[in-house]
Amino acid sequence: MMKKSKKVQWFWTWVIGSVLLRLILVYFPKNLNLSSRPEVSTPLTSIRRLAEGYWLKQSSMSPYAGSMYHGSPLLLTLLGPLTVTRIEGQPDHLLCSLLFVMADIVTAMLICATGKKLQAAYSSSLQLVGLHHLSEDSDVLPSGDFAALVYLWNPFTIVACVGLSTSAIENLMVLLTLYGACARLAPLAAFGWVMATHLSLYPAILIIPVILLFGYGPDAPPRKLFRQRKNLEVENSTTGDKSCLEDELINEKSMQSVFSWRPVVLFLFWTLLWSSYVLFLCGIYVQQHGGLQEMFKRTYGFILTIQDLSPNIGVFWYFFAEVFDFFRSFFLIVFHGNILLMIVPLALRLNHRPCFLAFVYIVLASMLKSYPSVGDSALYLGLLGLFAYELKGNFGFLSNFYIEHNLFLDNQLSRFSDMQFSFFLFSGYVGVSLLSPVMHNLWIWRGTGNANFYFATAIGYACLQIILVIESVSAMLNHDRMITKLSTAKLQNVKS
Amino acid sequence: MALPPTTIVTLSLLLLLPILSSSIVEEAFSEELLLKPLPDRKILTHFHFQTEAPISDDSFARHHHLFPKSIAQLVKKFHIKAMELSFTQGRWNYERWGGFDPISSQNAKPPGVELWAVFDVPPHQVDAYWKNLTHSLSGLFCASINFLESSSSYSAPKWASQSALGSLRYGTLPREAVCTENLTPWLKLLPCRDKAGLSALMDRPSIYRSFYHSQRLHLTTSKAPADGLDSGIILEQTLTVVLQPNIQRAGISYPDEIKIQPSWSLSSIFGRKINGRCVLAKSSNVYLQFERGLVTQLENIQKNTVAYDSNDTGTEVLRRNLCFELSITPDRVHRELEKSSSLLYEYSIKGYNDTEQFDLGLIWKYPVVWSSPHAPLYASRFLTGSGNERGSIAISLKSTELTKDFIAANNVEEKCKLQVNVLQIVPWYIKVYYHTLQILVDEKPHAVTDFVEKMGVSPSEDKVSPGLMELVLRFPCEIKSAVLNIEFDKGFLHIDEYPPDANQGFDIPSAIISFPDFHAALQFLNNSISNSPMLSKLQEKSPVLSYTEVLLVPLTTPDFSMPYNVITITCTVFALYFGSLLNVLRRRVGEEERLLKNKDANKAAILRRILDKFWGRSSESTQPQQPSSSSSSSSSFINPKLFLKVLLVAGIAVIWQYYLK
Repeated sequence: MMKKSKKVQWFWTWVIGSVLLRLILVYFPKNLNLSSRPEVSTPLTSIRRLAEGYWLKQSSMSPYAGSMYHGSPLLLTLLGPLTVTRIEGQPDHLLCSLLFVMADIVTAMLICATGKKLQAAYSSSLQLVGLHHLSEDSDVLPSGDFAALVYLWNPFTIVACVGLSTSAIENLMVLLTLYGACARLAPLAAFGWVMATHLSLYPAILIIPVILLFGYGPDAPPRKLFRQRKNLEVENSTTGDKSCLEDELINEKSMQSVFSWRPVVLFLFWTLLWSSYVLFLCGIYVQQHGGLQEMFKRTYGFILTIQDLSPNIGVFWYFFAEVFDFFRSFFLIVFHGNILLMIVPLALRLNHRPCFLAFVYIVLASMLKSYPSVGDSALYLGLLGLFAYELKGNFGFLSNFYIEHNLFLDNQLSRFSDMQFSFFLFSGYVGVSLLSPVMHNLWIWRGTGNANFYFATAIGYACLQIILVIESVSAMLNHDRMITKLSTAKLQNVKS
Repeated sequence: MALPPTTIVTLSLLLLLPILSSSIVEEAFSEELLLKPLPDRKILTHFHFQTEAPISDDSFARHHHLFPKSIAQLVKKFHIKAMELSFTQGRWNYERWGGFDPISSQNAKPPGVELWAVFDVPPHQVDAYWKNLTHSLSGLFCASINFLESSSSYSAPKWASQSALGSLRYGTLPREAVCTENLTPWLKLLPCRDKAGLSALMDRPSIYRSFYHSQRLHLTTSKAPADGLDSGIILEQTLTVVLQPNIQRAGISYPDEIKIQPSWSLSSIFGRKINGRCVLAKSSNVYLQFERGLVTQLENIQKNTVAYDSNDTGTEVLRRNLCFELSITPDRVHRELEKSSSLLYEYSIKGYNDTEQFDLGLIWKYPVVWSSPHAPLYASRFLTGSGNERGSIAISLKSTELTKDFIAANNVEEKCKLQVNVLQIVPWYIKVYYHTLQILVDEKPHAVTDFVEKMGVSPSEDKVSPGLMELVLRFPCEIKSAVLNIEFDKGFLHIDEYPPDANQGFDIPSAIISFPDFHAALQFLNNSISNSPMLSKLQEKSPVLSYTEVLLVPLTTPDFSMPYNVITITCTVFALYFGSLLNVLRRRVGEEERLLKNKDANKAAILRRILDKFWGRSSESTQPQQPSSSSSSSSSFINPKLFLKVLLVAGIAVIWQYYLK
């Protein structure tokens, strides 16, 4: 307990430190030009475009006139007035910056809370499976605090926050969804999901993990293990010591592998309610300017057809600037299909770990979205911290366990049980985030480079993300394999 | 062929009436040439041809005597109320050549092609008519005016003309190269072409060697609402050329010879002389204008040097005085109403023919320095910022001496205000942030609302329409300078959207700055000059107008040679993602593999049993003779899976076929 409280104190110091750092950066002149960096502000998240949309709206024009603004009307009502209010002697957009800093903090807190919930659920389910040692080990690392700090201190998050990218708010909504689903708060989760989808479309695919979360509860080892365990216990209970297993069995009732429909239906009901409410509000706002149809055309249509070809850290801008016009629709379908195609296989394979599934979906979306920005990467890098325990190697403990139980050590298994290339990935991220501005500068500002230089870094970045997602998925599957192995081994031990 | 005397009488009778209420009953043509020395040793020549024709409703297939039929058909077909097309090369120098006289506000045009048209059709048809018109004009004038067809290159200003709200379309092509191939079709519209009359002066090399030349075609149809009889078309063709005369040595050399204006004659600037008038022309005159500043200077010099009797204004004095000498005595002299006004020498070329050619010359004998009248504010426009990502457009307005006069004239009033209208059109790939409009007055930033009285914006839409900004500004008269600044992002285009020479950059068309409180018009004393269409045009009250520079914006280019590489590399990366993720998901290790194999075997066995049953029964009914052992062995290898696959493909095919029909 002593250790725990110390940890929390240290945690709050770091949180306050990150806030201070953001405030210091906000007070730099012109936000260090971050708000016009292509890495930070895409056509969807740029605050300048939002200000333009607000100005157009104020001068009684459609905010979507002029292909400038492509975001949500609700964001316009929320942030629009803040973009025009100036405080004497303070930097422009100070209020906006404060709002984004707050959004970041709330997101971090939600990550922290989600992590705690996940951890509690996970250790209890590990105990159910009978792997008490593993559960103790997972308690040592407070992955929630860790993930929150990773999110707050990630340079990507800081840059996106200081650069006034609205992705901070999108991230907040995504986290609201996840937290709401983990805490089984259907209204909150539904609100988060509806807002996130409304703001950037791609979080729509999160409905699968959220439904799984409501149906099966948070991440747990494969459900097969519970069944095996149960069978064993039923066997055992016939032979003796019934009382010892009594409460465990009762506990198990809640953790059973049955899909509970009630919260799911509740969630869907709230989703319906919130989405009709959001549509109603938007409808009022864009009533005089073409209505909802126009809004969908200018927001979702803009996302799906990739009309803006200005450079960003993704690869689509250059691809669609170069591709022949008659192949354009084909490739649009193929690239968007790439996200959708992977949804079902992932959901089948990872359905016992809905939170991790959500994380994988977020990585895929931020990798394959039309206008990616570092704000999206910040979100999944923060969430990655939540699964630090599962993804990090646990050789030491594993070997101890095996030796203890005189078991044969499966070489292959241990080799795969941690995430590979983590150092390579880390240095890759650092390298790309240093090289990409340099290449952009060479191409756009100095005119000595060429578009291919910048595109090369974008390709490199895409490859890094691909490696990250593949490695994390395979590490997670290997972790499950390990648990299965240990659990069956233990069962056999008990039997023999 | 001379006009019958009765016609002339009726014409002259008609033309005695005020010009605005005059109605066109007969086709008429007039040709005029205005020559004007400019302060920077250049000379302005302004040709003005006007053709008028009546139109009545039944005259579709009518034969025209003088009026070009192609234009008449154009007007009929596209229901044109008014139209102006100009081809310009070079830039009118507002600082030196003046910006406050009718010539500069009506004939100074932006480089390239400018076209505006007002249509007499319902608003929803205007765009269609415009598109057809651009194609017709493109064919008529051998120019790429058809590029104005796409909606991203023209716009509909709201306030430029209040009367033509909604039916006005405006477009420019700043990059259009103007050459003799555009002039020839233009000349073809004249009854005498360039074979006789003033147009015979148009020597192509000397015109295209000039500093500025603008060839303009202005169409107006006047329609009397009551009876269709009065309606007519007025076609006004002007060619404005600013030339540098070859220096001819005057007899006496002065020590400060640099300052003496070059002497010239028509033959020295055009290399040709006028061989007489175009016989079809109602009037063919040549005018020589000395502008206000020059006349004042001349008078001063005269007063200073010789004790001169100012009352004596005989023709000989006009022709020959201390400072200059005209080779031909003018027929008439017009003087402006006001004091220190401009002088206009009129020459009629009726009496000249092949043997006696008209060759007006002007010999300067004394150096004169003067300056042309300027617009109230001198406007210029420039780009700021570097790099290819963003920048800003700045329009700077600087006060000139006229503003001071204006203050002096209005200083009795409490609040003297100077109204300035700005019309700025930007192509869609210049993404202007209208909320960033800043105004610096006397180098101090001010709130936009302090000076902007009205602001009309129709923002650009990607690949659809250009952005249009109309501003009505009101500045205090004592303003020294004002800068409007607006930021933009540079767009990134698809490789097909770049012009062949992509690295040259893209043009932003000129902004139009107008001063509605000021009118550039000459006012002449003599009433009888109203029979000249050009002079009546000069006397018309038109607001002072000036065009700013065309801006050249470099845009970043992608690598044009890369499409295949980009497609293959990107697709490889995505294949890598898809393949390896799928591989990870379906990989089985150790025990799982064994389990799965067992399961598969079980499943396959069940399937085989079912299929065998099915197959066996069917084979029994159809082919009872077949040996059972061979059939079972072959079916166990191929049949179940193959059968399923075939069934699946067939099913898909059936569905496909069904949906196609």
